[in-house]
Amino acid sequence: MKDDMNHDAYPDNYIRGILNSVKSIAMVGASPVNVRPSYFAFKYLAQRGYDMIPVNPGHVGKDLLGKPFVASLSDIGRPIDMIDIFRNSSHIMPVVEEALTLDPLPKVIWMQLGARDDAAAAKAESVGIKVVMNRCPKIEYGRLSSEISWMGVNSRTLSSKRAPAPTQGMRLSLNRMSVGGGNTAASDRAAKSKTEQS
Amino acid sequence: MSDRLPGFSTLAVHAGAQPDPTTGARATPIYQTTSFVFNDADHAASLFGLQAFGNIYTRIGNPTNAVLEERVAALEGGTAALAVASGHAAQVVVLQQLLQPGDEFIAARKLYGGSINQFTHAFKSFGWNVVWADPDDIASFERAVTPRTKAIFIESIANPAGSITDIEAISTVARKAGVPLIVDNTLASPYLIRPIDHGADIVVHSLTKFLGGHGNSLGGIIVDAGTFDWSTGGKYPMLSEPRPEYHGIRLQETFGNFAFAIACRVLGLRDLGPALSPFNAFMILTGIETLPLRMQKHCDNAKAVAEFLVGHPAVASVSYAGLPNDKYNQLARKYAPKGAGAVFTFSLKGGYDAGVSLVSKLQLFSHLANVGDTRSLVIHPASTTHSQLDDAAKTKSGAGPDVVRLSIGIEDKEDLIADLEQALGA
Repeated sequence: MKDDMNHDAYPDNYIRGILNSVKSIAMVGASPVNVRPSYFAFKYLAQRGYDMIPVNPGHVGKDLLGKPFVASLSDIGRPIDMIDIFRNSSHIMPVVEEALTLDPLPKVIWMQLGARDDAAAAKAESVGIKVVMNRCPKIEYGRLSSEISWMGVNSRTLSSKRAPAPTQGMRLSLNRMSVGGGNTAASDRAAKSKTEQS
Repeated sequence: MSDRLPGFSTLAVHAGAQPDPTTGARATPIYQTTSFVFNDADHAASLFGLQAFGNIYTRIGNPTNAVLEERVAALEGGTAALAVASGHAAQVVVLQQLLQPGDEFIAARKLYGGSINQFTHAFKSFGWNVVWADPDDIASFERAVTPRTKAIFIESIANPAGSITDIEAISTVARKAGVPLIVDNTLASPYLIRPIDHGADIVVHSLTKFLGGHGNSLGGIIVDAGTFDWSTGGKYPMLSEPRPEYHGIRLQETFGNFAFAIACRVLGLRDLGPALSPFNAFMILTGIETLPLRMQKHCDNAKAVAEFLVGHPAVASVSYAGLPNDKYNQLARKYAPKGAGAVFTFSLKGGYDAGVSLVSKLQLFSHLANVGDTRSLVIHPASTTHSQLDDAAKTKSGAGPDVVRLSIGIEDKEDLIADLEQALGA
């Protein structure tokens, strides 16, 4: 793992930088079942303007919200900015190893809420790929834009600026003042101690 | 845009609130509406399936209430919050997510009398069994743990005597038992104590008290610390198992470290119904903006009044953790260094009759059943808030027949002392 990277608590600017810069996202483990988290994260990110590619060998020949499934990362056939892995921790390493064979390399590897593999993260970071673990990009996008505040979630951001009224499918500004002070440090510590126990 | 840490007072004014995107209104608007229009059928289905962020119906969520929720979550250091109609509603909604019929929870014996009543009688009819423990005896919590224990419930500053609970010690018991620690932080408010910093997994409040602060609006809130792993052992099926009412969604898997707050909203508030009026949310939000100023004044006044009472010949004893010789002073210094709160009790040498006489002679203090108002309040717990308990239980919970409870307001302390002096004299 990179010395300066703390995977228990990411600075908002790190997450914001990723979500503001990536355009294409390949989602490994995307499900066509509309009550699975991968389905609605895929749908949300597509609505916010990301170029989404569903990767799932079990569904090749079908499409997800109009985007054709591909069997593997190497089948995408064009550069991708970010790989979002919707698989359990035990299935992360092979996906990361496949990602490292891509040319050009992806800029970001993101492991979903509940998924964490520090060894795989270290491998990716050693070739300059940014890594996020145990987070959901939909939740983080919603948090940094404060859209998620509609559900009473602590966005840990403050702003005295008037935001444009949100409309369906609009990209939202993630550039609000970031407030580590509305902190959730206790939750981060609990996640860390859970990782250490496992 | 830097990750700098704003202070408590900044969060009390700003957290959760931004100018209204539609009108530019700077104060949080009161969205006094029952329901919200969908963009189209797909949007409606996404919202109902918990797949998109947004408003449906005020019994599930409301934009004014959401500002209040985020603000209290930020002040407590939690991941999310849910506002409900009262502190009592908060307790029902929390325990509904944790207990099945036949399960148990351990509660500190020193609690608001209304909570003792709710736990003993109302919850019994749901098959939720309370087991009492003594907050001054940590081992009594350990002894109370059984395989059916699902939660531990304490007050940070406990009713009626303002005693301080050793939150960290009890959180250790909870962790060992594999159950969440619920802390009612009503009497402290996050300005004095942030229970999550000391190991609480869930914080509840009656917003009616110091957070709202003006004695004008009922409300309650549940804060999720995001610290508890609900997936282990199938003990908490509301969070870990597929929910039939949402097409098989598993809340912990989907919402991670704020899954408990979501469960309270989409399984508790939605189906039990104790929604907070947006108007009340607005009143309470306005109150919270001055919480740091008020709370300090409450505490400073309370200390001055307690010191006066200690020196008065008609007073037998004063229970206020802010006094250097008080039994709870060490704990107060550790948990509430800014002040030991503003609710405390004292007993009169003249017993019950002297208590009744005092209450009738006071001119500034109001005789009523509330705490945490700008106004100073007085009550005789034995005949009111704790009247449902038998004499032994009254004494055990600190509400014996000779005890008077004060909630000190933010008036000038000299006037409060003068009022007590005239009422105690002659």
